[in-house]
Amino acid sequence: MSTRSATVEAPVQPREPRHVPAAPSAAVRVEGVSQIFERGRPPVLEGMDLTVAAGEFVCLVGASGCGKSTLLHLIAGLTQPTSGRISVSAERPALMFQEPALLPWLTASGNVELALRARGLGRAERRAEAERLLRVVNLEGHGGKRVHELSGGMRQRVALARALAQDSSVLLMDEPFAALDAITRDVLHEELTRVWAEQGLSVVFVTHNVREAARLGQRVVLLGSRPGRVVREWQADIPQPRTIESPGVGALATDITRELHREISRHGQ
Amino acid sequence: MASEDSRGGRPGLTVVDREDVQNRAVEAGLDALDASPNLPDAPGPGRVFLRSVLPPLVFLALLVGVWELAYLAELKPSYVLPSPGDVAQKFWETVQDGKAAEAVWTSLTRGAVGFAMSLVIGTLLGLAMWWSRWLRAAIGPIVSGLQSLPSVAWVPAAIIWFQLSNAAIYTVVLLGAVPSIANGLLGGMKQVPPLFDRVGRVLGLSALGRIRLVLLPAALPGYLGGLRQGWAFAWRSLMAAELITYSPKLGQGLGQLLNIGRELSQMSLVITAITLILVVGVAIELLVFAPLERRVLNRRGLTMR
Repeated sequence: MSTRSATVEAPVQPREPRHVPAAPSAAVRVEGVSQIFERGRPPVLEGMDLTVAAGEFVCLVGASGCGKSTLLHLIAGLTQPTSGRISVSAERPALMFQEPALLPWLTASGNVELALRARGLGRAERRAEAERLLRVVNLEGHGGKRVHELSGGMRQRVALARALAQDSSVLLMDEPFAALDAITRDVLHEELTRVWAEQGLSVVFVTHNVREAARLGQRVVLLGSRPGRVVREWQADIPQPRTIESPGVGALATDITRELHREISRHGQ
Repeated sequence: MASEDSRGGRPGLTVVDREDVQNRAVEAGLDALDASPNLPDAPGPGRVFLRSVLPPLVFLALLVGVWELAYLAELKPSYVLPSPGDVAQKFWETVQDGKAAEAVWTSLTRGAVGFAMSLVIGTLLGLAMWWSRWLRAAIGPIVSGLQSLPSVAWVPAAIIWFQLSNAAIYTVVLLGAVPSIANGLLGGMKQVPPLFDRVGRVLGLSALGRIRLVLLPAALPGYLGGLRQGWAFAWRSLMAAELITYSPKLGQGLGQLLNIGRELSQMSLVITAITLILVVGVAIELLVFAPLERRVLNRRGLTMR
């Protein structure tokens, strides 16, 4: 990653986001994107620039109103930006929502198979591939279960398997673990880190949980609110395996939180 | 990048692997603890009898007892208030001479044909109303209005249009059932969370694929509710229509049986016909709609106990 050269002493270096040269192997490139939902209302995003390198794990943190979800939906192609350009290396990025968003009339396996069906796989192939993907998220033997028979953590893992079933090199995640308890979340962090490393995915992970961002990301981007834009970034050079308790994670989180508080305080004045 | 090194380096891998094995063990434990416990086993036949079959039987027995007492007290002359025994005898007679079977069969086939037509028209209408915002705005209020209009009000109009014919009867049945089915489907589709459609789009399903694989299955519970109400309305409309469009060439349905009872002033035959109408209604509900609904709701974990 030569383009992002000056890898700074972790974890505390501000970066000037606008001048990051676009990496040639960028997985996601967002250039000067603004989004206005209603005429006359302040923009949700303004002049947003973000580049995610292939294979990179980037976490976006920010308070309410920073347009995190809007940005993900834009990258996913669910909505079109008012202005600016977005390019994604994958034809169709996979997206995980805050809710598992599993279809309740299908089994766990059926939900995964739906993604495979959208890719045009045959019935037998779908079944075998779904079984493999459920094994990847450690849900072997649970494929026949209905959604309501699964716990919150299991549902979110099925959702992850369904996202992986899209066979996209880019995975977008919109606060996927926000509704889970702390123990389950820790376990899923581990799971996600493993899947990311094994599959060589480029991940854009949105969260309001600073510690989670420091735990997962190779790079953490702080977004300001109203309008949403990049305020600062940190390179998180904390060795793997990490846990939520790793000292490096704590130090980085403290630093991001301080900056986040400063950004939020601005709005109270 | 530092994190790359620690992940990719061979010596580190075993650490990661060990971590992974531990993590998987914790995960499996969480799954075992978290997963919703299996629902209690279905109650045995004894319990089902005690809970669901016995109470209505007891109530029915009480009702017949009060009726018998009223008869014995001679509150009304017996041609107005026959004894339960008289009615039972008449019922048995009607069953034995085949009139009951004939009437039930005539009405039931009519009801089934009318309901099938309503199903097709109501479903297409519901889909069209969902598809076109303009159509929904234009005919939505009329369809909802028709739903609350007792369809017996259409009988005179139907007779003027189609004389005393099956067409007149079907017209009334359709006007009774189609609005419920169309509104049920539309309501079911409107209640589908927008998130589901977004899932379909993220997965890359085509517009048609999203309707077929996401929207319609998601709307199924509402649609089933509409069908159920549609059948109830079809059956009522049919009885109203049969009662009024009495003609020898139309065969003898339950409504016509009712009419014979009235013309002959035979209260026991009237009650017999009412009982048959009720039995058919309850039977269709219990044998067709209740199991269908239970299956759909069970699959989605929406069952109420």
